[in-house]
Amino acid sequence: MSEPALRARAVHVEHRRRAILDVADLTVEDAETLSVVGPNGAGKSTLLRVLGLLETPSRGELWFRGEPVSREPARLLALRRRMAIVFQDPLLCRTTVAANVALGLALRGVPRHERQLRVEEWLERFAIAHLADRPAQRISGGEAQRVSLARAFAIRPEILLLDEPFAALDAPSRQSLVEELHQLLRETHTTTVFVTHDRDEAFALGDRVAVLLGGEVAQIGAADEIARRPLSEPVARFLGTETLLPGRIVSTDDGTVRIAIDSAEITAPAPPDLAGPVWACLRSEDVSIFTDDAAPAPPSWNVLAGTVKAVTTWGTQVRVSVDCGDTVTALTTRLAARGLGLESGKHVRLAFSPLSLHLLPRTERRWVEVISGLVG
Amino acid sequence: MDLFWQGTVQAARLLAAGDPDVVEIALLSLEVSAAATLLAVVVGAPLGVWIGLKGFPGRDLVVSLVNTGMGLPPVVVGLFVSILLWRSGPLGGLEILYTPAAIVVAQFIIALPVVVGLTIAAIQQIDPRLPLQLIGLGASRGQLLRLLLREARLPMLAAVMAGFGAVVSEVGASLMVGGNILHHTRVLTTATVLETSKGEFDVAIALSLILLGIAFVINLALTLLQQRALHR
Repeated sequence: MSEPALRARAVHVEHRRRAILDVADLTVEDAETLSVVGPNGAGKSTLLRVLGLLETPSRGELWFRGEPVSREPARLLALRRRMAIVFQDPLLCRTTVAANVALGLALRGVPRHERQLRVEEWLERFAIAHLADRPAQRISGGEAQRVSLARAFAIRPEILLLDEPFAALDAPSRQSLVEELHQLLRETHTTTVFVTHDRDEAFALGDRVAVLLGGEVAQIGAADEIARRPLSEPVARFLGTETLLPGRIVSTDDGTVRIAIDSAEITAPAPPDLAGPVWACLRSEDVSIFTDDAAPAPPSWNVLAGTVKAVTTWGTQVRVSVDCGDTVTALTTRLAARGLGLESGKHVRLAFSPLSLHLLPRTERRWVEVISGLVG
Repeated sequence: MDLFWQGTVQAARLLAAGDPDVVEIALLSLEVSAAATLLAVVVGAPLGVWIGLKGFPGRDLVVSLVNTGMGLPPVVVGLFVSILLWRSGPLGGLEILYTPAAIVVAQFIIALPVVVGLTIAAIQQIDPRLPLQLIGLGASRGQLLRLLLREARLPMLAAVMAGFGAVVSEVGASLMVGGNILHHTRVLTTATVLETSKGEFDVAIALSLILLGIAFVINLALTLLQQRALHR
């Protein structure tokens, strides 16, 4: 296997004595897109600045294609010139669109003729050729971000660093730009680090995904793997698992386990190496709601009885919180919610396949459960 | 009002005839003030960029001092430059008091804070995240400085003209360190003071008209620049 394009080890960043970033080991493989996803303030942008050699970490080491990164200014400049960075805001210069796209090439002393060819190529690919002679201050936000991306691609960087490039765009512009970028990254095999707070964008673009929580890489792996099998409760919560039921494995039988939760027992596929206290994670879209007189769920499914606590309309969907001892969240359509007459206080049954459960180890903290039980 | 009209008519005649004394005075004024402004830009622009970009302890104090300096009373500058250049003063050995060079020194001191202050403002109106983006695109230190000055080119030009406008119209310092000596250190403002005190209103009005003309051209250029900056 070839050398990783970038490697960071034991990288620690402090601002005013506060730890911002603490990355034990992170590699960016050649030609891959690594998405770094995390909530605001998780240290994503700081990580990107460190990888882009724009910020020197308080401690730790970086390797660029197997070579340790020197902090000597001339060497640093030479390495930076093999990369390109795109920020959330396009940050264009007060000159024409074409001159902005040419900027990185001009800084590298690329001859005028070649510069012009490459600028034309990338203006074309980002569908902004018609803006070439327009002052950069007089184009829309979506167009400006296209200019910023074209400016980065024109450099033909060995490593492309993207810091929330879609965050400031409206939904339709974002959608089309994400798709185009995905296409380009596949075609050009550009090694890319893509930082975002948006889980969908992270999974759409990343071959691998790293979840950054509180400045640490909480989990890293293939995009599918991360989506299906979060390894810890915080990762599961960040990735959108709304229901985490504290429970305890009480019996194992033929590839399945029985788990005692607050009010009932449920069945799940037997996880390797898990026993005792667990979190039973359940995604809201996998939970079906039945009213008492409705048709029952398949016999193998888990069924919990409860009372509706709240019904919230969320875009095209309706989110229903149900008190089954613990709170379970289900997602349904507006039409179905109306048909079932869902409202606070209504008795319902929730059904979900054992296969939709994902189990995580849980550290038992009885007093916390006792107190939360009293409060809840 | 008669005095005013007669004076104006006489002044127009003087200007139309290209009175050699008036021309000489006007040219000296332009030369001295241009030299002082040029010096102030050479020293002040890099200083302003540096202060505008760098965060250092006491920076706010420095910026306040510079801004105060933009309103420095010319007579105070005249006083201190006179003391400096006095025969027994620290720079008395240069023997430039009551020469055009002395006026250049005084006007340089008046223009410097104007240029520095407006350069700081020019640099600070650039998005503070732009330098990082430019470094991220591979700019060296020198390239970064050039790109930032290019970004701020219009307000920088305004800084230069404001500096020139401040010195070409001041009278106190020029009078004190130049001495208003005919054919040597007499400039538009000092000549106007003298001619007015003599009651030679026609000459004074002619000189004033030239000064007003210069001020008008500067302000017109500034306004055009600002309009261009707004519409980009």
